[in-house]
Amino acid sequence: MSSESAELYRKMYLIRLAEEKIREYYHEDEMKTPVHLSIGQEAIVAGVLHALSADDQIFGTYRNHGLYLARTGDTDRFFAELFGKESGQFSGRAGSMHLFAPESEFMGSSAIVGTTIPMALGCAFVNQQRKNRKLAAAFFGDGALEEGVFWESLNFACLKKLPMIFVCEDNDLAIHAPRSQRQGFQSITEVVSRFDCQTLQSDSTDPEIIANLTRQAVEYIRSRGGPAFLHLHYYRYLEHVGINEDFQFGYRSREEFEKWYDVDPLKIQRAKLTNNGMPENDILKMETAVLEKIEKSISFAKEASFPSEDDLLKDLYA
Amino acid sequence: MKKRISFRDAINLALSQEMERDPDVIVYGLDVTDHKGLFGSTLGLLEKFGPGRCFGTPLSEDAMTGFGLGAAINGMRPVHVHQRADFVMLAMNQIVNMISNMRYMTVGKLKVPIVIRAVIGRGWGQAAQHSKSLHSFYAHVPGLKVVLPTTPQDAKSLLAAAIRDDNPVIFLEHRWLYDIQDEVDTDPDSASPLGEPARLRSGTDLTVVAVSWMNVEALKAAEVLKKHHGVSLDLIDPRTIAPLDYSMIYESVARTGHCIVADYDWLDCGFSAEAAANISEHCFGKLKSPVSRVGFAHIPCPNARPLENRFYPSAVDIIRLAEKKLGLPEADLGEEEFFSYENQFKGPF
Repeated sequence: MSSESAELYRKMYLIRLAEEKIREYYHEDEMKTPVHLSIGQEAIVAGVLHALSADDQIFGTYRNHGLYLARTGDTDRFFAELFGKESGQFSGRAGSMHLFAPESEFMGSSAIVGTTIPMALGCAFVNQQRKNRKLAAAFFGDGALEEGVFWESLNFACLKKLPMIFVCEDNDLAIHAPRSQRQGFQSITEVVSRFDCQTLQSDSTDPEIIANLTRQAVEYIRSRGGPAFLHLHYYRYLEHVGINEDFQFGYRSREEFEKWYDVDPLKIQRAKLTNNGMPENDILKMETAVLEKIEKSISFAKEASFPSEDDLLKDLYA
Repeated sequence: MKKRISFRDAINLALSQEMERDPDVIVYGLDVTDHKGLFGSTLGLLEKFGPGRCFGTPLSEDAMTGFGLGAAINGMRPVHVHQRADFVMLAMNQIVNMISNMRYMTVGKLKVPIVIRAVIGRGWGQAAQHSKSLHSFYAHVPGLKVVLPTTPQDAKSLLAAAIRDDNPVIFLEHRWLYDIQDEVDTDPDSASPLGEPARLRSGTDLTVVAVSWMNVEALKAAEVLKKHHGVSLDLIDPRTIAPLDYSMIYESVARTGHCIVADYDWLDCGFSAEAAANISEHCFGKLKSPVSRVGFAHIPCPNARPLENRFYPSAVDIIRLAEKKLGLPEADLGEEEFFSYENQFKGPF
């Protein structure tokens, strides 16, 4: 229990700190890539991935840093990609919005809403045919429910009982538009529950609660064939894209943020470690190790060379 | 071994043989397993390979294309089938924003061996939404391969090559070609490389580069021009419009000095414009007349037969254009018999 709690904290701390470092260095204008930060959202990624196996396949959006860091643990190729360097995950071709890691079964991310959901269907189909027990988990925001492809995919997954989890990361916003301005139905969970799948939901920012919910989903898929739908709420602390707060624009209030910040996933998880008797020094040691790893990766990335212009036309066709 | 079979059976044979040789090949799409089997091209596959490898789907063109992408990056070789090329427009987001990018963006860490087959409809009221080819849409996008076979042999050997190819391939089959019969090498190992044109007829006076059904029209035009004017056409079928090795075309045009690009599409910003630009650039000093083009009238395809006749380019258009380019008088075509689908097909669809 306590080692699980510590591991979840370490993962969330890695995501939080990596993104705080992006905020710190972004003004230097060397990371020339639009960043969609997931600060405030770490419990979902950490919790869901914790309940999955390392060979379960995952799919993300442009807000993908958390998935990448939690799944791979890598920060060298991560930062080098953001700096557009040859040593980056995709040699500087992808940038922040298209970052993923097929070698770690993180099979796709995309800057176009909803587009990796059907990829998960295809991977899940192959896994089902090969009976390899791998699951596919597609992460997407509440905005994806306004895309036709979400419903097409949900329908097909239910029809074919595909072993996959739909993970809706609901922050109530599509860029700046709240759900009330976008969706003609009261409850996402209720609408989805009419399909032939398991629907689970939570407002929790506790990664252990989310991990347990995910285990229920996995259990359902193992016994019934799937799919499952997780509807998870969170609060986006920062602007849609970029490194700043944006409460001054009036489309949402700082009070709302403060309500969520009281249950900030890192705060509550750290408190749990303390309450469970983990010495402050050990927590600090863990945090320092993460910090050092990130700082090292950032300096590697800064020093690394850009991809060669000679390689511009390479890899278009196999 | 050579066997006389139809274009339809050549497609069916290629699918069956590729599914036989590679258990990762799957064939799916709306109605691929019904009693009609996509104009006969998928008949028997379900019975032979089972519902895990050949299955019908909900309409959902968008999600079913993303599904193919997912299956392809996870180790399969999906063949997604559409009854009309027009319907693929619902899948363009996945094709253009996802599938085409995937290999380049991941520096080759992922490959996407998917084939998207679609049938081009024509005649008996196909009208605006069941008649398009739109091949230049795909050829415009880096990372896709675009194939339009004309002969039964090419239908078989190019589809086999497309399925074995590690890149996404758009494969467009003209419905009227389905009934054409010819000798086909049925050897399961045979395949033709993608990207190379084929010379369908050798000639010395005028080069015609024709796409899909336009090769049938061009062959008729060649016969008539030979008979009336003693003019011989060099007819080249690009077969794959992207990527395309133009060297056979350049060699031909440098020799004949005249070229007509006969596309099965609208002309504006299409393959005919691309081909004409390339040919003009490479053969500039050798051209005796500007590169000419024939294609669809620049309107949505109309329904009524007389309007349709004027919408589509035909052998007559090629003949008249050739006469003009070569400074010949207009031949009397009154005795000539040109293709009419009513001779082969009576409605309803």
